[in-house]
Formats: sequence, C-alpha cells, structure tokens
Amino acid sequence: MTPIHEPLSEEAAARLVMIAGLSATPFSISGGGTRSLLPATDGAEQLSTRGLNGIVAYNPAEMTMTVRAGTPLEKVEAALAENRQMLAFEPVDLRGVLGSSGIPTIGGVFATNASGPRRFVAGAARDSLLGVRFVNGKGEIVKAGGRVMKNVTGLDLAKLLAGSHGSLALLTEVTFRVLPMPETAVTIVVSNLNDAEATAAMATAMALPVEVSGAAHLPESVRGRFVGGALPDGAATVLRLEGLAASVSVRAQKLADAMAGFGTVSQCDAGLTQRLWREIRDATPYADGTSRPLWRVSVAPTAGQQLVAALRLEAGVDAFYDWQGGLVWLRMESDPEAALLRRYIKAVGGGHATLLRARPDVLAATEIFQPQTDAVTAIQTAVKASFDPAGLFRSRMTG
Amino acid sequence: MDQIAFLEPRPAVLSRRREIVADLLDLLPEGCLVHEPRELVPFETDAFVSYRRLPLAVALPETTQQVAAVLKYCHRYGVPVVPRGAGTSLAGGAIPQEDAVVIGLSKMSRILEVDFANRTATVQAGVTNLAISDAVSADGYFYAPDPSSQLACTIGGNIGMNSGGAHCLKYGVTTNNLLGVKLVLIDGTIVDLGGKALDAGGLDLLAVVCGSEGQLGIVTEATVRLIARPEGARPVLFGFDTSEEAGACVADVIGAGIIPVAIEFMDKPAIEICEAFAQAGYPMDVEALLIVEVEGSEAEMDAMLASIIEIAGRHGVKVVKECQSATEAALIWKGRKSAFGATGRIADYICMDGTVPLGQLPHVLRGTAEIVAKYGLRVANVFHAGDGNMHPLILFNANDPEDAARAEAAGNEILKLCVDAGGCLTGEHGVGIEKRDLMRHQYSEVDLAQQMAVRAAFDPQWLLNPSKVFPLEGRPAA
Ligand SMILES: Cc1cc2nc3c(=O)[nH]c(=O)nc-3n(C[C@H](O)[C@H](O)[C@@H](O)COP(=O)(O)OP(=O)(O)OC[C@H]3O[C@@H](n4cnc5c(N)ncnc54)[C@H](O)[C@@H]3O)c2cc1C
Ligand SMILES: Cc1cc2nc3c(=O)[nH]c(=O)nc-3n(C[C@H](O)[C@H](O)[C@H](O)COP(=O)(O)OP(=O)(O)OC[C@H]3O[C@@H](n4cnc5c(N)ncnc54)[C@H](O)[C@@H]3O)c2cc1C
Repeated sequence: MTPIHEPLSEEAAARLVMIAGLSATPFSISGGGTRSLLPATDGAEQLSTRGLNGIVAYNPAEMTMTVRAGTPLEKVEAALAENRQMLAFEPVDLRGVLGSSGIPTIGGVFATNASGPRRFVAGAARDSLLGVRFVNGKGEIVKAGGRVMKNVTGLDLAKLLAGSHGSLALLTEVTFRVLPMPETAVTIVVSNLNDAEATAAMATAMALPVEVSGAAHLPESVRGRFVGGALPDGAATVLRLEGLAASVSVRAQKLADAMAGFGTVSQCDAGLTQRLWREIRDATPYADGTSRPLWRVSVAPTAGQQLVAALRLEAGVDAFYDWQGGLVWLRMESDPEAALLRRYIKAVGGGHATLLRARPDVLAATEIFQPQTDAVTAIQTAVKASFDPAGLFRSRMTG
Repeated sequence: MDQIAFLEPRPAVLSRRREIVADLLDLLPEGCLVHEPRELVPFETDAFVSYRRLPLAVALPETTQQVAAVLKYCHRYGVPVVPRGAGTSLAGGAIPQEDAVVIGLSKMSRILEVDFANRTATVQAGVTNLAISDAVSADGYFYAPDPSSQLACTIGGNIGMNSGGAHCLKYGVTTNNLLGVKLVLIDGTIVDLGGKALDAGGLDLLAVVCGSEGQLGIVTEATVRLIARPEGARPVLFGFDTSEEAGACVADVIGAGIIPVAIEFMDKPAIEICEAFAQAGYPMDVEALLIVEVEGSEAEMDAMLASIIEIAGRHGVKVVKECQSATEAALIWKGRKSAFGATGRIADYICMDGTVPLGQLPHVLRGTAEIVAKYGLRVANVFHAGDGNMHPLILFNANDPEDAARAEAAGNEILKLCVDAGGCLTGEHGVGIEKRDLMRHQYSEVDLAQQMAVRAAFDPQWLLNPSKVFPLEGRPAA
C-alpha cells in the first residue's frame, strides 16, 4: 500500500511538498483518485486533494466561481444549476468507461482539461480557466491569472497548468468563468449517412449561421447503444442547437432544410437531447464493462473518418465521432495498436491520441499520451523543471 | 521623461556592431537588412511613443528558415532580439534597444491556406488581422478577435499580446481562437505547436506562447479558427445621464445571462471626440453611451434587444437608438474603432488597459475621474465594458515633460486601483515596458519568479525582448 497524504489546507500541502523535497520522495497527485495512471511499482506516494474542499466564492452576476481543487465536480455543478448557470465546456465523466467509482474533482477536471461536445465551439476547460493557485515542486504557494475575463498580465500559467495531468504542480484553487444555461436545446438527426457523408454534412452545418453547439456522428455499429436505441434506424449524424426557445425553433427549421439534401431528417426534443449529448460526452457505448483499449483521438474534423477508414483495413476498431468529426472515440478489439494508430494520425495531417483504458499491464507498457518531437520534448522537460526542479511530481505526461 | 529603464546595452555587442551587420547581411537575401541609422528611425518605437531606442539593425526575413538563421546567430553571439509585427503595441512591447536586432515579420504576409471544411486559416505571422477576415468573408466566415488596430496590426503581434477587441465578449480573445503556431526558438530550432486538431497532446505550450510578448520565441506561422458569420448583426446605442448608471446596466445585462457580441462604453469626452471624427450619429446630450451589438436572425435580435432595453430602462436610460441601415451600423463601429486615432488628433494620450470585475465598474470609473482630476488632467473613457476591460485615455501634452510625468503617474495610480478592485494591470494590450514595474503590485515575488522560470525555460540567456514584462531586478541568472 503506498502512503496517501491528504493535506487539509494549501499551507499544509506546501509544507508536505517542501519536506518531501528534502528526502526526494516523489508524489503522484490525485483528485477524486478515480484511477491512477501510474504503475503501482513507481514508488510514488499519493498526494490527494480531497482535503482541499469547498466553494470559496461564487458571483453569479459576474459569472465567475472560485473553488478549492478537491471539491467534487457534482457540488460545483449543483451550485451553478441553482442559478441556471453551467460550465461551458461540459466536463466529461469517464467513470462508466473506466469502470471506476471515485468522485471526480474540479481540480481533476482542469488538470486533465477534459472537455465535452461543446468544446469545438465554446472552448476547452482551459478556455474557461481564469486563474489558479498552486503548490509547485519547491513547496511554494503560487498564484497565476486572476478572476477577470481578460488578463494578459504576464505569462498565462493557468492555461499551461490546465491539462498538465499533475506533472507540474498541485492545483489548490481554481477560478473559472461560467455561462448561463441555454433555455432549451434540440437535436437535428440526419439518418443513414456513411462516415464520409456525415463529415461533409457536419462541415456544411458549421458553415451555416445557426450556431450548432454539438456535431457528432454515430455510425450504425454504436447508434443503437445511445439513448436506449431511441434514435431512428441506421447511422445518426446529430447536430445540437441551444438557446432561447423562439430562436432555437427558427434555427432548427433552417438547419433541417439545409440537411434535407444529405438524408432523412428528424428531430429530438429537449429531454432526449440532454440525455443524448451526455452519453456522447461520456462515451457511454464503451461503458461496456471490459478493458478493451479505448482511445480518445483528436485530429482535424475532416481527418477523423479518414483515420478510421484507414485503421479498419488493418485492425478491429469500433468508433464514433464528436467535434464535427475531429474527436474520435476509438475502441480496439484487443491490442491498442499504438504504433499503427500514431502512424496513421501523422498520415492524415497530425493530431494526438490518448489511451484512456486498457488492461493494467498494457497501460503500463504503452505510451498513453502522444509522443512529442525531440525539440518539443526538450521544452517540456525544461518547463517541467521550472515548476518542479527535483521531479517530485510523477505523471505519465512528462515521465 | 525617461523614467522607465531599459537594460544597459551589452558593450560586447555594441562594439561588434559592424561585424554583426556584415554577418547578418550574409545570412539574409538582399534588401532584408536595415542598418543605416537614418533607415532605422521608423523602428525606434511603437504606439507607446514616449520611449524610443534605435536598434542595432533590423532584419526583415522572408522565410521561417531565415528567421531561424538570424536567431541562431544572435543566440550564438549573445545579441538581444526584439520581435516586431506592425509596431502598434500600446505598451512599448515592440520598442527595441541599442544592442538588439529587431526581427520584423512584415515580409511574411501571405495567407498560406484557407480550409473551410475544418474552419481554419493558416497564415504567415506578418499577415494583418483584418486581412484574414477579408480573405474569408466572401465565403461567409470571419476571424473573431478584432482589435481596433486590425487594419495595421499583425497576427504575430496579436499572438504576442493575446489581443482582444470589441467582439471578444462572445467569441473570446486571441488565445481562444488560436489553434497552432510555427515557432522559432532562440537557438534557431523550429517547432510546431498545436494545429488543426483541438487541445494539446502534451503540455499546452501554445497557451503560454500566446501573450508571451515575444519572449519565448518568434512566431512565423499561425493556424486560427474561422467562424461562420452570423445572419445579421445590429449595434444599438444606449445613452445615460451618468457613467455609473451605464456601468451598472452593463453588470445587470451580463448578470441576467444575456451575452451580446459586444458591449462598448464611451463617456462624454470620448463621445465628443469620436463624433467629431466620424459623424457616427452618437447622441450628444448624454454623459455615457453604450454600444450594444446583438446578432442572429431578426427574431433573435429583437428578442435579445427587448430584454436589454428592459434592463436599461431600470437604469434610467435616456436614449435608445437603433440604426436603420448597414451604413449607419458601419458608422457606429467606425466611430468606436477610431477612438484612439481621433483622440490622438486632439491631444497626446496614454491608454490604460486595466480589467476589473463587472460589479466594480462604477467604483473604478469614479476613482479614475478622481485620480485624473487630482493630477489636473483630462480623461476620455472608451472601452470593452462587457468584460470589464477599461481604457481610460489620459490626455496630456507631450511637449511638457511635467505634464507627461503627471500623466504617467496618474496612469499608474489607475492601474493600481484596478488591481485593488480585484482586477489586473492589462486586459489586452500587454505589459511591455509600460506596466513592467507595476508587476509587483499584482504579483508576489514567488508568483513572478515562477513566471520568470518558465520564461527562462525557453530562453535561458534572456535574449528575447529582454527589457519587457518582468522587472529588471531579480531575474534568474542564465
Ligand atoms: C488522459 C486522461 C486520463 C483520464 N483519466 C481519468 C481517470 O482515470 N478517471 C476519471 O474519472 N477520469 C479520467 N479522465 C477524465 C477526467 O480527467 C476526469 O473526469 C476528471 O474529472 C477526474 O477527476 P479526478 O478528481 O478523479 O482526478 P484523478 O483521476 O484523481 O486525476 C486525474 C489526473 O489529474 C491530476 N490531478 C487531479 N487533481 C489535481 C490537482 N489538484 N492538481 C494537479 N493535478 C491534479 C492527476 O495527477 C491525474 O493525472 C481522464 C482524462 C484524460 C484525458
Ligand atoms: C489605435 C490603436 C488601437 C488599438 N486597439 C486595440 C484593441 O482594440 N485591442 C487590443 O488588444 N489591442 C489594441 N491595440 C494594441 C495593438 O494593436 C495590439 O497589441 C497588436 O496586437 C499589436 O500588433 P503588432 O503587429 O503591431 O505587434 P507589435 O506592436 O509589433 O508587437 C507586439 C508584441 O508582440 C511581439 N511580436 C510581434 N510579432 C511577433 C512574432 N511574430 N512572434 C513573436 N512575438 C511577436 C513584439 O515583440 C511585441 O512584444 C491598439 C493599438 C492602436 C495603436
């Protein structure tokens, strides 16, 4: 059993890190601790944010919130919902696909920059992040950014820490922007398109002035596993519209007319829309109780289906697309095929793949994050050292 | 009034000036190096004109490889480098120093690729902001961040400053619309960060490059996000009897969950200046004016406007003026976007850029007026109210050194007021030299040391734009 530290304050966390520095004890940072990506043999002690809990400030009129990093995401979302506000980037909940049971924390959300369907138009978690407080590897308490929407005062360390997967510093507090919840939402469904046709249809939809806020393609193989099979037969290309009811109905008509040339068009109401996009967000069809390798692949929107088409010729894959085709959820039959996948990603114009799930031994043996070029790795290493010179914070992201 | 210090020029560099020029001439094609003192004058300052320094030479490379060659050379011989776009920085970000080679991107001004299916444009760093929107507008797209200087300023400079504009309330600033860059590091290494795929595969280095004021590397190409143009857009004028009422109205609109594309604020002096310049049709009998732009279909715009008008009514709005034609709409924006230029025609000015939480707008507006009055100066306020990004233009006479010193002192006090109100020193113009020595008011030593350590990770010898952003003392040694 590796020791678990749960400091109850930022100061305590800073002290802990400073003392650990003296004995060069490495840490693995965890939030909800839903699962550590580090192999158990690493020898790192766990540094949990669970004790750093609570909403520090919430000003609905200014649309900003400041929260301690270990606060459960649920609690944040509940407080926002009371004021009909939300996180614009739709944080994902991967407990289903990972078969884990922890309670995701707001710090974990920002540390993984995990963003859902609205990301391709509204930005990722990092785009909502206004400021942070953190403990660096020297045990210093540092603040970066602030609580205003626009801030170019010095380097944007907050955004750099978003998505750093616990490799640079321990986030202790995050301040982020929130948005009003849309009054209503509908989904336009275009049925029976193949992946290439769907990609073209989604690009057409995005070119229209109707403000599509979700664009996903669910091939026939997965369609039935969404919303209890409630979508029409055949592949479903789904386009979400949100906003004021009066405006949504006008835009829905416009979008439906434009999509009629691609295939049979139908519409989901607000209730079904909410369920559908939650399931797309969380990759629910792959919450299958297995440990078959699951990749989250980010490429240019038109490249997603090219990548899958190429892979299909060489490996058993099951896939669906979000972000207008640019986010591919890819489940492999048995082997993660990391080398093959990354070769094809390069061939379709570049991007990156993150391995979210696999058997523990496979996870340990695979590069789960996209390998970077030597030059970029060199900068990453130098940046890591600027936060954590002694390398106390262990993470798969920076080795 | 030379109060803001620059780093002492490195004697070892100054004494080798002739050799350096000769070497750079060898590295670059003909016509790509400026080195005659007379010809260097246009590069001695930017839009923060109170400070000037003649650079050692100006390189105007035509390719990324040439940028790399010059950087590699400067790195090897310890020559400071100041990247430059169009030189419209209001914070002195592009002002050179005597021992520096300026690398100007003006010759790299091609749009390399427009990809509508993926909604991206890839451009060279010297392309102007407006040129991107112009290149895609016939196809119904635009590039969202729209600094008022967009006719002149470059995308490289926008990335350097993480620039914003009137329409950023809805669409975000440069960092939210930037997908990738080609970056040349100080040692000449060329790296690609980001691209058409969203998010980062490793650490999000792009996020820290954007807004780094030319201190982490030189951007030679950028891939930006394009957005489909809305069906319609309508600016509406709201006139108030007091600035406080206008400020409170802004906070309530946002607080009600309404996010127009833009909410711009002008006080009486700004209205007068802009109206005289652009004949935009602004009401003249009000103390404060909001330009609120809504967009979408006619029905959507009507619905949103109705809510805004209702809120404005609660704040005693005196005039609501909807424009009747596209020409009128264009004039309203022309007036707003020429605010700085028009002000420059009647007086010298320095433009502050602090951002405050929306609820603090009335308080900070009042405080600003008091500070400026205390120094016996005049101020015009014209700014991006929807995101709390204030721009008091402090008017002064540059020929009077005392007046200039007073303006600078008043500006510093206003920025401190913004920080103390929970805001920051600069919302979109950058730190440059102008706010460098105020950084300690916003950040602790530890906060600054962490930023400087990250900066030094990219450029351990502090050769890139070294006199800017961070206080000159206490920098980590090379
Ligand atoms: C590559 C990748 C892996 C993911 N793994 C999981 C997963 O295992 N379980 C899951 O539910 N979701 C995972 N997600 C999705 C998303 O991160 C979670 O939904 C997120 O909310 C987990 O929160 P948590 O508090 O459980 O974080 P944890 O699972 O405890 O940690 C997730 C990562 O964030 C880091 N981290 C957490 N809190 C902090 C902090 N305060 N400061 C610095 N770093 C911090 C950890 O070191 C770890 O690298 C992953 C996403 C990606 C892209
Ligand atoms: C009248 C007027 C109105 C303005 N309105 C606005 C506004 O509405 N919003 C706003 O945000 N700003 C505004 N500005 C400020 C200014 O236009 C912006 O900061 C702009 O982005 C600067 O672009 P530039 O090409 O002129 O860059 P420069 O001034 O040449 O350089 C700006 C900074 O970026 C660095 N840099 C330039 N090019 C590169 C590169 N290729 N790689 C790396 N670093 C580089 C420079 O070293 C410098 O630090 C205004 C300025 C004026 C004069």
